[in-house]
Amino acid sequence: MKALMFGWEFPPHILGGLGTASYGLTKGMFNNGDMEITFVIPRPWGDEEKGFANIIGADCTPVAWRDVSREYVESRIGKVMDPQLYFDLRDHIYADFNYMRLNDLGCIGFSGKYPDNLIEEINNYSIVAGVIARTVPCDVIHSHDWLTYPAGIHAKNVTGKPLVIHVHATDFDRSRGNVNPTVFAIEKDGMENADHIITVSDLTRRTVIEKYGISPDKVTTVHNAVIPLSDELLNLPRREKKDKVITFLGRITMQKGPEYFVEAAAKVLQKNRHVRFVMAGGGDMEHAMIRLAARRGIADRFHFTGFLKGKEVYQMFRDSDVYVMPSVSEPFGISPLEAMEMGVPSIISKQSGCAEILDNVIKTDYWDIDAMADAMHALTSYPALHRELRDRGIEEIHGITWEKAGKKVIDIYHKVINK
Amino acid sequence: MKNVCFYFKIHQPYRLKRYRFFDIGNDHYYYDDFANDDIITRLAENSYIPMCDTLLDMIRETNGAFRCALSVSGTALEQLQNYVPEVVDRLRKLAESGCVEFLSGTFAHSLASLEDPEEFMREVKLESDLIFRTLGVRPETFANTELIYDDDIASMICGMGFKTCLTAGAKHVLGWKSPDYIYSAATAPKLKLLLTNDKLSDDIARNFNNPEWPEYPLNADKYMDWIAALPEEEQIVNLYFSMDTFGSFLPASTGIFQFMKALPRFAAERNIAFSTPSEAAARLKPVGELSVPYPLSDIDEARDVSAWKGNDLQREALAKLYGVAERVSMCDDRRLKQDWEYLQSSDHFYYMSTKNMADGASHAAFSPYDSPFSAFTNYMNVLADFLVRVEEQYPESIDNEELNPLLLTIRNQAAEINSLNKEVKTLRANILNDDTLVVTEAEEVTAAPAVKTPAEKKTRATRKSPAAKKTTDGRKKAKTE
Repeated sequence: MKALMFGWEFPPHILGGLGTASYGLTKGMFNNGDMEITFVIPRPWGDEEKGFANIIGADCTPVAWRDVSREYVESRIGKVMDPQLYFDLRDHIYADFNYMRLNDLGCIGFSGKYPDNLIEEINNYSIVAGVIARTVPCDVIHSHDWLTYPAGIHAKNVTGKPLVIHVHATDFDRSRGNVNPTVFAIEKDGMENADHIITVSDLTRRTVIEKYGISPDKVTTVHNAVIPLSDELLNLPRREKKDKVITFLGRITMQKGPEYFVEAAAKVLQKNRHVRFVMAGGGDMEHAMIRLAARRGIADRFHFTGFLKGKEVYQMFRDSDVYVMPSVSEPFGISPLEAMEMGVPSIISKQSGCAEILDNVIKTDYWDIDAMADAMHALTSYPALHRELRDRGIEEIHGITWEKAGKKVIDIYHKVINK
Repeated sequence: MKNVCFYFKIHQPYRLKRYRFFDIGNDHYYYDDFANDDIITRLAENSYIPMCDTLLDMIRETNGAFRCALSVSGTALEQLQNYVPEVVDRLRKLAESGCVEFLSGTFAHSLASLEDPEEFMREVKLESDLIFRTLGVRPETFANTELIYDDDIASMICGMGFKTCLTAGAKHVLGWKSPDYIYSAATAPKLKLLLTNDKLSDDIARNFNNPEWPEYPLNADKYMDWIAALPEEEQIVNLYFSMDTFGSFLPASTGIFQFMKALPRFAAERNIAFSTPSEAAARLKPVGELSVPYPLSDIDEARDVSAWKGNDLQREALAKLYGVAERVSMCDDRRLKQDWEYLQSSDHFYYMSTKNMADGASHAAFSPYDSPFSAFTNYMNVLADFLVRVEEQYPESIDNEELNPLLLTIRNQAAEINSLNKEVKTLRANILNDDTLVVTEAEEVTAAPAVKTPAEKKTRATRKSPAAKKTTDGRKKAKTE
């Protein structure tokens, strides 16, 4: 089966969980066999992992005719794309886009990030999608997250093939209810035009049904999985410390509920001074959290690391005894799975999507700081509990694979194709 | 002639309230009174009361031909006394009828038999005494917590004077043998073993209300046919139920009470008798020995003790709890001792099970917690507070061997002081005749310590006692001189 996927991020150049999930899912589907996947991203860098998917860069796709030689194309974009594909794509230009700002190859430039003119970039992406859809044969179209819904709809209109959209998050999660009307409109339009909607958790599924008014029989949950960490990361040395370390790791924003972590920390520290708390990450609430920690009088035991990247994240997990994710609203939340894989027991909020599939974690309501503090205390004071959750957690994570998730997505493909 | 023995078990633990770690050291009350009241009252209304009435009716209608056995754990009996005394009245009536044998067990439905032999014997004595005090009968047959049994436990039970013991007819122990005979314990040949017939028990407990069961619906006629059809030599069928099966798990609307009421008539038609365990054991001879090297029970698919000791959490909690058993037995703080009983209930450990599949579902169904981890956390918080209180009684720095003689000294102190005072008096009387001057001196010395010591705190007195002794010794010497 041939699938045409539209995504926004792809490892190693990722900004959030979307890229990791897109990558894991694509690879998992490929490993199920009999899948030919074309993955479109705005701006490939050339160091993406190939083999399981054919990656097309939107910024290498011509939308206006330029008479260029094969050698020239080879020298310009050879490291990210096969030049032949460029010429195939050039043969399928469907309208004159010369009024736009184009480069020497007739392509539109993309940042591949989340710039201020994001809406314009989304629109351009959908223009490019028209060319790709006309060139690359496919049986089904798959769009990851709202940025690529317009591209998916365009491709569906061009090819007449069914469209599956993948909701990794909705604007209700990001804004705690104060949705941006433009984003909401794009999301709703995508959902209404889709033949089937995949959500990453039942929580998100309910949001899609209730807030966007989508018929429940069109929405299926496929929980995310986790890509096994490399041995290098798993074997990072642990720096021995006297005190237990309890960690919050993620963007310090309203959505992630950092204030509940600080409050729970204050409760624990009233009783037990032999615990340290770390808030790793950056975000618009970082300063407020520093102030809050100071006001609670726990600043000597409460540490901020700033934004961590790459290996630092895993070193942080390695040095932690407990990981806490008190998210107020989390469509899925992959980090507890990574923490568990590193052997760090997790406390997660019941309001996060991954709580639906994880058994060997402690779940509390995000607002229930008593319960959260109690769980922190238990994990640092009762070694048996820590051991049990650590060992069973590792075991559990090994059973959550992208292959299983990929299988579910393929089943959905069959369903929409045969409809 | 075949005998059928019905056993009904009543047990409820004292469920713990939500106890956070910041309560440790501040709050010494651990129980969720509301939930305990609510659950036992509901069960009493739906199950215990109608079931006891059914049993009383059956006894009356058959003129005492219907006989059965009942076991009530101490924690359940206490709660019934507090919340629904009308159940206790009915139990008393059943006891008075002479047709119902009450079994002994562990007071708190505890795992002491696996953890601490001394504690186990104490628990059993407590339970037997409680049954005697409340219901007026002294138990002669033993049924351990969820029928836990192995060779070591057999010796202990026999040592306590029980002649008969009920345990589970677990397949992995019986093998080709049938549970429908009386066996004797390998380690205690005098102890007769009655084994439950799982198949026939489950036909009522699990399948009575299961429309997918091929034999559904079950009626008394059919059921007695099955028992009558067992081989001629199999003379006793032991059927073991938790009483709340009747009326709660199988609601009255399923017709379960009518089914029970109909049993004696159909039994009589087939020449099947009902008997109590003691009667059966007295009448029938054991057909062989049964050796059980590893503990078995009536719970979960595995029929072993993994329901309570299957994971690290459970083992850790049990080890921490029974680690202070000896300490607690030495102290005489009544509240501490009461908490000690209630914390031993096996249910607390049952909630911590992390089993999956069908077993896991039944663990979860009874648990007041949303996960085994929160069950563990809550229990450990309570236990932490309890351990602090034990520690406050006697500092940990003194070990048990040292503590025991010290406590003995303290407890005998009053008697010793009394006898010494008497001695002083007689001596004084004697001396008064000789020399008045010496007496006034002696008075000054004795007055101070004799009055002060009993009022002092025990721990402090412990340390001081040798000194106190010395003064009395000194005094004695002074006198004899």
